[in-house]
Amino acid sequence: MSERKHRQQTQMVPYPSKSFVPERDLGFMPVLECSHLGIEFGGLKAVDDFSVVMGKTEIGGLIGPNGAGKTTVFNLLTKVYQPTHGTMMLEGRDMGNMTTVDVSKAGIARTFQNIRLFNNMTVEENVRIGLHNQIRCGMFSGILRMPKYWKAEKEQHEKTLELLNIFDMAGMADERAGSLPYGAQRRLEIVRALATNPKLLLLDEPAAGMNPHETEELMENITKIRDQFRIAILLIEHDMSLVMGICEDICVLNFGKIIAKGTPEEIQANPAVIEAYLGKRKEAEA
Amino acid sequence: MKTKKSRMITSLVTYAVLILLFVILTVMINNKTISRTLKGQLIPICSWIVMAVSLNLVVGISGELSLGHAGFMSIGAFSGIITSGWLLNGFQMEDPALRLLIAIAAGGVIAGVAGALIGIPVLRLRGDYLAIVTLAFGEIIKNVMNCVYVSAEGRSLHWGFLNGDLPGTLLLNGPMGAVKVKTIATFTAGFILVMFSLVVVLNLVNSRSGRAIMAARDNRIAAEAMGINITKYKMMAFVTAAVMAGMAGALYGLSMATLLPTKFSFNESINVLVFVVLGGIGNIPGSVVSAAALTILPERLRFLQNYRMLAYAVLLILVMLLSNNPLLKSLWRNLFSGIRGKRKEEEMRA
Repeated sequence: MSERKHRQQTQMVPYPSKSFVPERDLGFMPVLECSHLGIEFGGLKAVDDFSVVMGKTEIGGLIGPNGAGKTTVFNLLTKVYQPTHGTMMLEGRDMGNMTTVDVSKAGIARTFQNIRLFNNMTVEENVRIGLHNQIRCGMFSGILRMPKYWKAEKEQHEKTLELLNIFDMAGMADERAGSLPYGAQRRLEIVRALATNPKLLLLDEPAAGMNPHETEELMENITKIRDQFRIAILLIEHDMSLVMGICEDICVLNFGKIIAKGTPEEIQANPAVIEAYLGKRKEAEA
Repeated sequence: MKTKKSRMITSLVTYAVLILLFVILTVMINNKTISRTLKGQLIPICSWIVMAVSLNLVVGISGELSLGHAGFMSIGAFSGIITSGWLLNGFQMEDPALRLLIAIAAGGVIAGVAGALIGIPVLRLRGDYLAIVTLAFGEIIKNVMNCVYVSAEGRSLHWGFLNGDLPGTLLLNGPMGAVKVKTIATFTAGFILVMFSLVVVLNLVNSRSGRAIMAARDNRIAAEAMGINITKYKMMAFVTAAVMAGMAGALYGLSMATLLPTKFSFNESINVLVFVVLGGIGNIPGSVVSAAALTILPERLRFLQNYRMLAYAVLLILVMLLSNNPLLKSLWRNLFSGIRGKRKEEEMRA
């Protein structure tokens, strides 16, 4: 108990949860619970026995060597792939029968490893797509330009600028998304995902292709987003300075299986993780 | 780069130019200074413009290749003709304007229903498969229409399949098509229909639904992840286009004294697609211009007699080559950026 008292960090804990719900989230149910989640492609188990629980306002990290199945986990969580084993719960709601669209409406938003913006649309329109299910206006009121249309457009415009301001991008609102520099495109993807009003934000390599300065800014922004929107964030990242810097808890995946879970310090000291990244010592083999 | 403001300006300019053209043409008709060929072509031009604009909604905005658009036009045309004949026979409705309005609405609704019915299975397909199925749909409609007989006896409608022994006056005579149609379509009605279709498409594109349609086109996976129901919005574009094609068909059908079912063949679908591609995929005002130009052009080439369609094809190829010429493209860009630059300077000064 004394251990829990001083704990200020959220935890990604094994399922079923052994009352490790962190102080900050006491009284809330976890936002995401996966138990024994898995998918097989033919005979290949791309993800196997993936069980995690995420607190309401936790920043979690998912790391692992290339091909470990990290993005597959994201695809399972957003139902791009249908899991063949296990269950997922979002705030206690079973996600078994949900489609990708339902998942988005239920509150999981994601960004993509290879950027998937609507390149031919402007920055503002991209964010407005994220607001699609937040601010509604039917087809006919759109065509007939009813008062509802003008109200919705105005509301969307204001909300868009507000969201873009998180990353100081309001000045680029009218630019074509495809013509933005790489870093800005990554940031725009995060803004667009935030616009869907998620409870859980999945970031797939948010710092890929960014320089150290930009990465630092991104780290600040991710923390800021968590504090401002009070959402959980799960991120895949290869940049260890980012992962160790902001993630409160880390889950390491190798060959589709979880090999370690814990705080950044625990992970850094874990021999299984070191082995997965660097390999075994020759002497040990002999 | 196309911002919201510049899109709005484009739409307003399109409306203004079309209204101006309408006024000029009406004055010319009243003065009888218009050539006979052009006068006879005005209504078909209007319906082909509506066809091109509606197909552009499917091909350009929603990004699906549909090769059966003439099928919807055919449905609209024949249901429009039947409605008009039925109203005249059964209800003694003499007012042509009202009859035309109801006929166009009926053509639109019935084509829309057909669009929804075919859209449900077809829009689950992607790419080439969609093109193949819509192509087959167009051919099926053509062949079905070839066998349908419809007659009006008082207020009741009779119909037969491969069987023309029907009481009353025949409205649809199988392979002979619609005969002795009262031509009630007017240029004014055509112009109103063109404006209507433009307002629908341009307003749709700049609304929440239109953005969702374009998002589904640009990146299917991302759009789904943002909570956009792809099938719903593809259907929305497809059915809206079918409704407008049906309306265009009704207008077209009611401007001809006779209309054969074989008129709406695969060739016409491709023709409309040519309008869309030439005007620019996704470029709505471009479709208007190219549909008008390419409807007039073959008539203007009549002096070439047998070589007419050959010359038409060569002209099309030339236009495609020229419009893709980097030199010409940069020239256009300079011309336009020059105008824009000047406007900006004036704004700065003011």
